[in-house]
Amino acid sequence: MSVETLIAMLASTTAAATPLIFAALGELVTERAGVLNLGVEGTMLVGAIAGFAVGLTTGSLTLGYLAAALAGVLMALIFAVLTLQLQTNQVATGLALTLFGVGLSAFLGKSFAGQPIAGLPHLSIPLLSDIPVLGPLLFRFDILVYASIALYVAVQWFLSRTRGGLLLRAVGESPAVAHAIGHPVQRVRYAAVLFGGACSGIAGAYLSTALTPMWVEGLSAGRGWIALALVVFATWKPLRVLAGAYLFGGVTVLQLYAQGFGLHVPSEFLSMLPYAATVVVLVLICRDRQTILLNQPASLGKPFHPEL
Amino acid sequence: MSGLHTLRRLTRLRSTLTAALFAGFSAFAYAAGAQAAEPLKVAFVYIGPVNDAGWNAAHEKGRMELQAALGDQVKTSYVENVSEGADAERVIRQLAADGNKLIFATSFGYMQAALKVARMFPKTVFMHATGYKTAKNLGVYEASTYEGAYLMGVLAGGMTKSNTLGYVASFPIPEVIRNVDAFTLGAQSVNPKIKTKVIWVNTWYDPGKERQAAETLIAQGADALCQNTDSPATAQVAEQKGVYACGWDSDMKKFAPKAQLAASVVDWGPFYIKTAKDVMAGTWKSGDTQWGVAEGMVKVESLLPTIPATTRKAFDAKEQALHDGSFQVFQGPIKDQSGAVKVTAGSALDETQLRSLNWYVDGVDGALPK
Repeated sequence: MSVETLIAMLASTTAAATPLIFAALGELVTERAGVLNLGVEGTMLVGAIAGFAVGLTTGSLTLGYLAAALAGVLMALIFAVLTLQLQTNQVATGLALTLFGVGLSAFLGKSFAGQPIAGLPHLSIPLLSDIPVLGPLLFRFDILVYASIALYVAVQWFLSRTRGGLLLRAVGESPAVAHAIGHPVQRVRYAAVLFGGACSGIAGAYLSTALTPMWVEGLSAGRGWIALALVVFATWKPLRVLAGAYLFGGVTVLQLYAQGFGLHVPSEFLSMLPYAATVVVLVLICRDRQTILLNQPASLGKPFHPEL
Repeated sequence: MSGLHTLRRLTRLRSTLTAALFAGFSAFAYAAGAQAAEPLKVAFVYIGPVNDAGWNAAHEKGRMELQAALGDQVKTSYVENVSEGADAERVIRQLAADGNKLIFATSFGYMQAALKVARMFPKTVFMHATGYKTAKNLGVYEASTYEGAYLMGVLAGGMTKSNTLGYVASFPIPEVIRNVDAFTLGAQSVNPKIKTKVIWVNTWYDPGKERQAAETLIAQGADALCQNTDSPATAQVAEQKGVYACGWDSDMKKFAPKAQLAASVVDWGPFYIKTAKDVMAGTWKSGDTQWGVAEGMVKVESLLPTIPATTRKAFDAKEQALHDGSFQVFQGPIKDQSGAVKVTAGSALDETQLRSLNWYVDGVDGALPK
């Protein structure tokens, strides 16, 4: 296997991992605040069409990504009002949000299907991008790839090093206690859900404007569900989300390359792998009480209302 | 008092007039109806949206061609996004009950539903695309897409510099394996040295995965790609990486203006027109129709202008030969990967053999997944 092949594999893996990182980190923050939003897939699709439509009509992908984030926030707002204000069941509401997003994006995207768009350009940094091996390995991706790493750093820092992060985790662990000592539980949860929505929206826009620059119905093809599985797989830790995204992205790419070399791994097995791995992780953490106590937000999926 | 009376009379007069007018109109309409036969009601059932730039869009184009060609003689309608299973049966039954006399069910999975409803409405003609079960009033039809794949292969084989072609394939079923083989045979007809690398993505539709598969093929040396999946992702990657690609099922020039060698498309129009005419004339018979280049159902169009003359000439010759029937894609001698002769010189695979084809021709790289 030549160096070029390795570089090409890594580039493919990175492109596959980036949308997963955005969606999963957003969902991680939401879940750390104790809210389970299963609407990631639908939110990604709405973000994808919003980013594509605005990017195409205005000619500016920056505006496209802003629109995608905004669309994600709006989707998340529906979820937040329903689950946080009206106390609906989080699982059912999240599933409904996905179904809604699938339909809405298909409806909004009818006139955009089959239109080409200039994809997100890859960076070309003078000197750095031209270094042999290291250049293509590190300095020739699109800007969102670097943004996803920056997002990881920010989320990691926020959760473990700031007062706000501590508050968010406290709300996720025990909203009643946080409320009793005077913290605005509802506001924190709203913020966490909306942040998650924005990240899912951007992840969707990455699919429609960078990974495969086009709009078609059901573009995300289950990546929202993989992002959800990834959060559990990572046991709610940002670094493991990052590693897991590259792992899940890399597995598919590896399988495709293996076929090219004449090796056949059943691809059904590999499509199942992220979910199977998640189940294994769930089994493992259930055996180890310490890990559960340390990582899984204790109030995940449980409704809380300050006046009840 | 008198005024009121007049008003009442006027009102009565008006209703009488209306009634007379209505009766006259009905009589006229009836007469007109008796002169020109009632239009034949034709309905189409689609698995996806009509604007999918692929399978369903092609059938919808065929429906519009039918309506345009036969004008007042037919009245066509369609139902889109009909999922296979219980929904399909309900929709098809409803269409038949509404008086449609010819119904096209355009997805493989409608087979059971079409069969069931056909039994309930013996006077209605049902046509099922890509299926294999027929009845007295249920026929099946299919396009020989492998002829398109063969012609794309001729172009790809003429253009490749690395002698390595790439194929993004969906599921290892005869229909797709046949296209991989035909593509390879086409390329070998102009360049015996070529190899085809195949990657199975096990999906009809996942633009992200199709893209990764295409990237992999390019990284492994392929410089002309074809695909049997539903999105333009493969062509798009080829455009980015500066290699050649094929348009499949629809013209993908918009996505790959410099990379698309040509597009292999299916034109269902002529078949729909012929079927409707047969039904109207009462000459329709149930059966199994497979049309290809010769009948104008499979077309390779929008050839890249920069294709050199020698390749173009080879392409034109093969297209002509398929057109006049002097050449068949799977005519011998053809060897499989192990070198064993599968089709002897002077013979060709028949329809049954084509439908169960499950081996790679010599020149395809790698093993077929079992």
